[in-house]
Amino acid sequence: MDFEFSAEQQQLKEQARRYLADKCPTTAVRAILEGSEPFDRALWQGLGEMGFLGAAIPEEYGGLGLGYLELCVIAEELGRALAPVPVSSSIFLVAEILKAAGNEEQKQKWLPKLASGEVIGTLASVEATGSVRPSNVALSAKAGTLTGAKSPVLDGDIADIAIVLARHAPGKDAQGLSLYLVELNQSGIERTVLETIDPTRSQAKIAFNGAAAELVGAAGDGWRLYEEALDRAAILTGFEQIGGADKALEMGRDYALQRFAFGRAIGSFQAIKHMLADMYVSATLARSNGYFGAYALSTGSADLAEAAATMRVSSTKAFQHCAKNNIQVHGGMGFTWAMDCHLYYRRSNLLAVSLGGLNEWEDKLIDRLRAKNAA
Amino acid sequence: MNFDDTPHEAAFRAEARAWIDANAPKHLLPHLEKAGFGGIELGGLDPMKEAKAWQKKKYDAGWACLHWPKEYGGRGASPIERVIWNQEEGPYAALSGSFIIGHGMCGPTVMDWGPEEAKRELLPRLAAGEDIWCQLFSEPAGGSDLAGLRTKAERDGDDWVINGQKIWTSGAHYSQWGILITRTDPDVPKHKGLTMFFLRMDTPGVRIVPIKQANGQSGFNEVYFDNVRIPDKQRLGGVGEGWKVSLTTLMNERLSIGSGMSAGFPDIFEFCKELELADGTLAINDRGVRSKLAEWACRQSGLKYTGMRAISALSRGENPGPENSIGKLVAGSSLQEIAMFALDLQGQAGAVSDPKLAAMAAKFQAQLLRSPATRVEGGTDEILRNIIGERVLGLPDDMRADKGVPFNKIPTA
Repeated sequence: MDFEFSAEQQQLKEQARRYLADKCPTTAVRAILEGSEPFDRALWQGLGEMGFLGAAIPEEYGGLGLGYLELCVIAEELGRALAPVPVSSSIFLVAEILKAAGNEEQKQKWLPKLASGEVIGTLASVEATGSVRPSNVALSAKAGTLTGAKSPVLDGDIADIAIVLARHAPGKDAQGLSLYLVELNQSGIERTVLETIDPTRSQAKIAFNGAAAELVGAAGDGWRLYEEALDRAAILTGFEQIGGADKALEMGRDYALQRFAFGRAIGSFQAIKHMLADMYVSATLARSNGYFGAYALSTGSADLAEAAATMRVSSTKAFQHCAKNNIQVHGGMGFTWAMDCHLYYRRSNLLAVSLGGLNEWEDKLIDRLRAKNAA
Repeated sequence: MNFDDTPHEAAFRAEARAWIDANAPKHLLPHLEKAGFGGIELGGLDPMKEAKAWQKKKYDAGWACLHWPKEYGGRGASPIERVIWNQEEGPYAALSGSFIIGHGMCGPTVMDWGPEEAKRELLPRLAAGEDIWCQLFSEPAGGSDLAGLRTKAERDGDDWVINGQKIWTSGAHYSQWGILITRTDPDVPKHKGLTMFFLRMDTPGVRIVPIKQANGQSGFNEVYFDNVRIPDKQRLGGVGEGWKVSLTTLMNERLSIGSGMSAGFPDIFEFCKELELADGTLAINDRGVRSKLAEWACRQSGLKYTGMRAISALSRGENPGPENSIGKLVAGSSLQEIAMFALDLQGQAGAVSDPKLAAMAAKFQAQLLRSPATRVEGGTDEILRNIIGERVLGLPDDMRADKGVPFNKIPTA
């Protein structure tokens, strides 16, 4: 049994960690949190140059052509560093959708630029509050143009292209949905930046006023392609969440070792010790479920859908748990702007909803387990 | 990142599988697959007799206690081979419940610390299932503070004379031998004054009293020692080295991974797929039920894949990482939560525990009544959290009021 990342993949992980420790310390994250820049441009460019963005993009399309396992270890390090860049939109979603469903022309045109970071992509699917369902997708596609609005769109203000879930046939069902690629720098697009809980990842409302769009994949395939894209992204984002959870746990542990009260390190009090132990349990369960997600993604396993849902539920809970209790271990200091605790808290709660929340994914998990059992 | 055997592992697995297919007691399979809490039931056959028969058969063919050296009854198998054997043995392993302590804890301790003569005589019998061993460690006054034990051993010529009491001794009532930790010097701090022995359970002065458990069953015992004589050649390790010896015992407990503990998800999932709620919908379609099921599914899956990461380490010839310490901690409370939830779904009928009447043969009722023990035995949830905090996360030890204090000066109730 070799249920582990290879030595080369571990080395890549260490390389990414060193790179991010140098180019993305928390001061860089804070610069985006507090400043006017929507993302860290220099870091983004560097990630492109290092080949990290193109890790799972085939060489013929400008990527490094490594694979999903490599992308997973990179994702974990990005999550650990809270990297304020649009990797999850551009690479985990848009590049993956183009790989899966784009025609040759679309792949040749966009994948190399996504791999280098020259182009930023994002997925625009949400219109209403609550889960995305075929019945609440109203944005319409007609004669190669889109009319309607999407909100919120993660990285919507900084993206150059968007893949949009739109309705090509009237009605409320899934059969009427397709995916479209839209270049966002055109007159038919109006973008408004939104205030969010995690300003290190910007979000926008995008209004489409007869914006030019081209079909991605077959007409009517939109909902299926969308759900499959979410599954892949759930695993990759899951690694971001695992990285963040581990870092929050370490922060809490390190603080508990050096903070003294009542004559001893607070980590020697069982209430704190046990709180950190429970965080370790959450993080460990999530990591192990993550390994299965990585396996499923890299082998195209029939269990991918189940693995994705398991990992999403597990990593979401672990990151939220570790981030909120990291604040608790820090006491009053954990609630200050100056301490980094709230950065992890904000990110954990953004990632908890960014691909749809627990209520949706718990549903998917149970449905998928039933389907598996029935088979 | 795969689940494949190496060529060597595949060959070993094929050999194990072929032997099991040709030799296992297949007529017992329907009963073994239903094995739940509180032992196995073989439709009228004597479980102990069947267990010993299977164990002897394995021993004669070289498949008992695989990882033990050949001269002690094993075949010198590697840790990964042992895991593969366990996977292949599957449901038949349920027959070996009575041997787990002897094979997993007592045998390795005797092997590491016992005199050669005794090892050659006793270990093969233990491997063959001819002798059953128990572990005499815990005491009424000790609790999780194992080193605070009071059973004393006093030297008298070539013998030691033992007086005291042990508790929670699983299987003492059917064991032939036991390993016993005693206090030989009360004037030094508690860890330094301990010595380990092994003895026959029918030695004069040993009195075994079964304990009735909260769930009505009786698997463990009190064991009283009234001037029991043990020859010095039955000592394991040096005088005063007992704590070091006991760490071997406890460490081996932790190294047994591969099968892993279930956190109880499969049963509650099955149950919810069938159960109709008040409004006619199936429980599995209820949002609240699904949310809880998802949590337990993720724990079950997380434990399974944590176990596989550990097996991968063994396959590489490395020690499993610290992540394995989470198993019982997660499983124990999950089993209890699931049992309570299942009874809740059954409504007032949830209180009925007759297997002929209650859903799923009253499995959840049995689980409800047994699960409190899972959170205590083999290390309480609180001790496990301490171990994770201290050994895995590196947090400072709890403050101890008895550190460095001679045993006979430590405050007690």
